[in-house]
Amino acid sequence: MTAGIYGLLGAALTGLGLYGVLVRTEPLLRILAFNLLGGGVFLVLGAIAQRGAGAGFAADPVPQAIILTGIVVAFAATTIAVALVLRLAARKDGA
Amino acid sequence: MIVDLALVAGILALALGVLAARQAFAAVAFFIAYGLLLALAWARLGLLDVALTEAAIGAGLSGVLLLAAARRLASAPAPEDPPSGRVTRGLIGAGCTILACALGTAVLLLPEPPPGLAAEVAANQAATALGNPVASVLMAFRGLDTLLESAVLVLAVICTVALAPDDGWAGPPGAPQPLADGPLALLARLLPPLGIVVAAHIFWIGVDAPGGKFQAAAILAAMWLLPWMAGLVPAPPVGARALRVTVAAGPALFIAVGLLGAIVTGAFLAWPPGFEKPLILLVEVALTLSIAAALALLVMGPRT
Amino acid sequence: MSLLADAFTVICVVAGVGFFAAGTAGLLRFPDTGSRLHALTKADHLGLGLIVLGLLPRAEALGGAFRLLAIWALVLLASAATGPLLARVAQRRDPSA
Repeated sequence: MTAGIYGLLGAALTGLGLYGVLVRTEPLLRILAFNLLGGGVFLVLGAIAQRGAGAGFAADPVPQAIILTGIVVAFAATTIAVALVLRLAARKDGA
Repeated sequence: MIVDLALVAGILALALGVLAARQAFAAVAFFIAYGLLLALAWARLGLLDVALTEAAIGAGLSGVLLLAAARRLASAPAPEDPPSGRVTRGLIGAGCTILACALGTAVLLLPEPPPGLAAEVAANQAATALGNPVASVLMAFRGLDTLLESAVLVLAVICTVALAPDDGWAGPPGAPQPLADGPLALLARLLPPLGIVVAAHIFWIGVDAPGGKFQAAAILAAMWLLPWMAGLVPAPPVGARALRVTVAAGPALFIAVGLLGAIVTGAFLAWPPGFEKPLILLVEVALTLSIAAALALLVMGPRT
Repeated sequence: MSLLADAFTVICVVAGVGFFAAGTAGLLRFPDTGSRLHALTKADHLGLGLIVLGLLPRAEALGGAFRLLAIWALVLLASAATGPLLARVAQRRDPSA
């Protein structure tokens, strides 16, 4: 049941995040929406991990490890995106 | 149950706040709160390793990065794309609603009993001599994922550094930080010794309990960023050999040990039998330091 | 004995939650940044302190209790630093406040 609620939340966040990425025009807000989208996808995966609990574990450790990896990679992507946006902004009023 | 529903409502409200905010600063503030509540959601789901990572990286380090970016963009905004028309927006909204409904249905219609690898992890856990199943998956069963992920971080650092202006790109990363006084300077002096102890503790218990190298690395990165932001410790130039070696050492050692496994047991990234635990710990220590340096450099950003 | 410990936990945690609620109400209702910060830091320190105090008898061994106290001390340190920082920014923006 818990997994179901958070899985649905993940689905809703995925839809909201994708809408934000496509509709917002400010680059930083797009990056934020992209992170909402990522959080939604991770939550869906997390709900599946929780459903797969067994063998004495609170949740299936394989999707859990993949979410961990995903959070770090999403953060790395976010930093590059932010650096690109800041560079664009500096370029516009500089040269 | 009531707690879960309240948490879900809170997360949804904050996500809507991020999307509806007019100012970047407000959106970032909503996003940090969203990240913290999401960490609670992970804890409710029983995914404690993920909860710690989300709080440290998803809310903490991302928050620092995005707040700094919002402040700089407030004075020099980045170019915007033209807004999409009402019809396009309606179509996008409809498409996203369909996507969310489809995903929601898929979550509710998971097969019974749910498929999973928990039993296989439990059966093979003894082979890694680690008590935390997530650590076993990260370092042994799906070691290639972890190796590639640490390589992604190195590549991200290279990309970020490459965005510096042409003149003097090998200098210190990030914008120069003015010397702070008062509470920030005090915190930047008091917290790092405590934080480093906490990071070592999180790393060490990660062998048998929730915790581990990502969470410890995020705390270590924060303990470097704090004195840097207070202007107490200038960042070393990105051209410095020691810094480059630190960032690359973890993945390099992981690959070297993986090749050793290929020679001894015939499979890349297989741990030589009998030496699993000491070798895993050695690689994890190197990875923690490399990831911490990479995360800190990513938050500092390119030289401005 | 365990009943007494349970009652102690319940009373302390409920009191702590009360302080959190009061702090939140203050954050939402107080007119200016200074008094909002006051409501947040004072109420949350006391609220978290009471919750930690209530959970102490339930901690596993000495290590668990020590960790709980360490969390409280770190939160105290963090908000003792962020409170004045925020107050300073607010003062710079609106010197009359």
